[in-house]
Amino acid sequence: MLEQHLAVLPIILPLIAAPIVLILGRSILSWGFATFISGWACLVSWQLLTATLSGGVISYAVGGWPPPWGIEMRVDTANAFVLLAVSFISTLVLLFSKESIKKEIDESQHTLFYTAYLLCLAGLSGILITGDAFNLFVFLEISSLATYTLVSLARDRQCLTAAFRYLVMGTIGATFILIGVGMLYMKTGTLNMLDLAERIHAYDSSRTINTGLAFIMVGVGIKLALFPLHAWLPAAYTHAPSAVTAFLASTATKVAVYVMIRFIFTIFGAEHVFENMGMDLILMVLAVVAIFKCSYMAAVQSNVKTVLAYSSLAQIGYMILGVSLVSVTGLMASMIHIFNHALMKGALFMAVGAVFYRLGSVDIKAFRGLGKQMPLTMAAFTISGLSIIGVPLTVGFISKWYLVTAALEQNHWVIAALVLAGSLLAIVYIGRVIEAAYFQEPENGQANVKEVPWTMLLPMWVLVIANIYFGVDTSLTTEAAKNASEILFQNSTEISALVDSLHGPASQMINEANVLSVEVAQ
Amino acid sequence: MGEFIDLVLLAMLALTALRIIFLKDLFAVVMLFGIYSFLSALIFVNLDAVDVAFTEASVGAGISTVLMLGTLALTGRKEKENTHSSILPLLVVCITGAALIYGTLDMPPFGHPDNPVHEHVAPRYIEESPKEIGLPNMVTSVLASYRGFDTLGETVVVFAAAIGVLALLGTGRKEDDEAPESGLKSHHVLHVVAKIIIPLTILFALYVQFHGDFGPGGGFQAGVIAAAAFILYTLVFGLSKSMDVIGPKFLQFMASFGVLLYASVGLYSMYKGGQFLDYSKLAVDPVAGQHYGIIIIELGVGITVFAAMLSIFYAFSSQAERSNIQ
Amino acid sequence: MNFILDYYNYWIVVFLMMTGFYIVISANNLVKKIVGLNVFQTSVFMLYISMGKVSGGTAPILVEGVTLYSNPLPHVLILTAIVVGVATTAVGLSLIVRIKRAYGTVEENEFKNQDDAI
Repeated sequence: MLEQHLAVLPIILPLIAAPIVLILGRSILSWGFATFISGWACLVSWQLLTATLSGGVISYAVGGWPPPWGIEMRVDTANAFVLLAVSFISTLVLLFSKESIKKEIDESQHTLFYTAYLLCLAGLSGILITGDAFNLFVFLEISSLATYTLVSLARDRQCLTAAFRYLVMGTIGATFILIGVGMLYMKTGTLNMLDLAERIHAYDSSRTINTGLAFIMVGVGIKLALFPLHAWLPAAYTHAPSAVTAFLASTATKVAVYVMIRFIFTIFGAEHVFENMGMDLILMVLAVVAIFKCSYMAAVQSNVKTVLAYSSLAQIGYMILGVSLVSVTGLMASMIHIFNHALMKGALFMAVGAVFYRLGSVDIKAFRGLGKQMPLTMAAFTISGLSIIGVPLTVGFISKWYLVTAALEQNHWVIAALVLAGSLLAIVYIGRVIEAAYFQEPENGQANVKEVPWTMLLPMWVLVIANIYFGVDTSLTTEAAKNASEILFQNSTEISALVDSLHGPASQMINEANVLSVEVAQ
Repeated sequence: MGEFIDLVLLAMLALTALRIIFLKDLFAVVMLFGIYSFLSALIFVNLDAVDVAFTEASVGAGISTVLMLGTLALTGRKEKENTHSSILPLLVVCITGAALIYGTLDMPPFGHPDNPVHEHVAPRYIEESPKEIGLPNMVTSVLASYRGFDTLGETVVVFAAAIGVLALLGTGRKEDDEAPESGLKSHHVLHVVAKIIIPLTILFALYVQFHGDFGPGGGFQAGVIAAAAFILYTLVFGLSKSMDVIGPKFLQFMASFGVLLYASVGLYSMYKGGQFLDYSKLAVDPVAGQHYGIIIIELGVGITVFAAMLSIFYAFSSQAERSNIQ
Repeated sequence: MNFILDYYNYWIVVFLMMTGFYIVISANNLVKKIVGLNVFQTSVFMLYISMGKVSGGTAPILVEGVTLYSNPLPHVLILTAIVVGVATTAVGLSLIVRIKRAYGTVEENEFKNQDDAI
């Protein structure tokens, strides 16, 4: 009976679980129930991915009202893939958090932590699955509010100013998105994403719609921390509790990248956004600057969490670079990096969280000699670090491979060289930590540090193994990313066909568009 | 005539907003914000958005202003001198403003009945909803049924805010009897008047809750008005007395219960073979099913909003009590 | 003249939005930032509601004898947005109260010095 409701389950499961967790109250019960729900959501997202992998689309009309009068949930390979990454990481981080938050969050707030965490998961799932532009805004705000709460739970007082800054910037971003959606609504009268795509292109070129596009891009840019709108991220990631950073770094900004991709390809159409408005050049420049500036900043920080935060900013640069190449391979590189980066950064932040659990500090000095004292944790860090650098046999290599291939396909030799140069910088910032761990002696008074409990080691190593597994057997991730990319470009082509049909010989073009839409619907 | 009122109100709004920029006394700034919110509620009435005006007046001019004043009680009234230059913000604002004005240049003209927004989706709401759902208030039909998922999301947002405030400020647990007595002890007139107003307010809140199908109103407004009644009680009679009536733990339970009530209507629809939140499956006659569904979910919304708003207020005022501010 | 009559509503709303936005990004005091954020958001609501108005129409509640109604959909969207706005305000103000307790000040230039530069 549940099979027909698969599309809406990943949202309503954590949504209903959150108030139940609040009522349950006791820490261990909250943890167990939350992990169970997250695991269930992960299973459902796996089912959704397998159902849509061959190009199918699942459409679910909430409330029984057909779109565009009701709200539609729409799952295709693109969002099923990202959903799988989000729910998988979420379950692992919940396992990790059982011990981790004991050292970082007051006992009385553990239940609130799990409640807010589930709300965040529900919000992120909602953003991914929905097919309605305003519904996206609502879920965006659910996840954002939960995120501000989660960041502010740490004991370090700087988490408060970081959370506040995140709140102000995040709300400005959400309001910009609201303005943009309003402008689109004003010209089309609808909020459903596919409907918007059809109706936007009845206009040849409209100032209102272009301004709406610009506002949405800026708003989403703030949420995904694209340079220069990234100011909130380093402080928020550094001072939030380790489990929170592990969750957010792997999911929140990636979901925002998905939103940007969805708006560009499915709603506005790649041709319009890139050729008519020149966004490909803007995004490419911003991405390259992000990669270099943030990799550089990562290399000079002394707090390892901040190093990883800046590294995340650089990785987001890589994802946007893939989008700006405007090709199936480029978009595929971005989609695969969304998944792979979640695996890499999740493991890295968990390893750093483990160090904090034992040592109470994540300054690079604290890492000295940990190679001997916490061998499993540091091995996890090393392997994931090699993945970030892009060493073969890891997922990082796969992402960089497709990105460089996409650049070379279009003869962007400079871009390809820049991608490789970024890896060199990654060697520096990862290498510093590895050097401290394996080649330096621990500071005085830091002897006898043990490994962390298995509930923290297990999820860490699941991710590390996934890093290697998906780096060797890339069939699932490349197939999913390729299909996602093709579907997105197909959406875009349908839009162009629609535009042509309005201006050229009508009947033949309309037929072509119909054929394409039938193929997609199958 | 309507345009003239519109223009006057907008001009007043602009003046208020400008004044906020330059004032250093934060108490005055918050009061001006309350005025701004109330003026925008008037504009909403003028633009035929009566439900929205109701919500803006109660939520914006009501709750937001109360919370800001509560914060000011703890952080101080005066703003200090601003040391960073205002050139960069001014530049950003000018560029954004210019982009927006550029965007307005080919917007559909204000008020014309054949604008794109009035075609395609809206006509069904206006023409069919009295038959499909059977309620005179079309806004409630759209809010609770056609776009019911959005409203569930909204309720969860309120719940998330309550969680956030509880996490940040504590649950405002009942202090033991050594806590200083608060409330306005010597103001006997206030005591008497409050005793008369509070029950009427609660009655009004219940009226708004259930009458939202026929006129402006609904769960949100009702929840806020009911919370306002209790806030008044807290202000006049003291926090500990108020917590004796409704304790923080019970409020947390109520907030969760409201969300679960809403979601369980959706689950029951699924159980009956429909989609999530498909109210037509709740009874043999689909229109009756719609009515049941809407009444129950609005109740869920009202309960959560009431509990969340009051919890948030308790959290703020117990902070004030701990700092010994009367 | 007709053009101005058609668009004055939007332009004044844009002015209000920018005033609110300016307050958010330039204010030093955190409470004033939140006030500015609210002004910004309320002005955006006015933009949405303006687009729903139909000249000569009335509120979208079924009444005997009336045929022209204003559009109910923007009203629904803005009801949601208002609640989202107050939720954000509540969380923001709680953060301010905690910041005051932890740093002793809510002026940005004062506590920025106490934080690590990141």
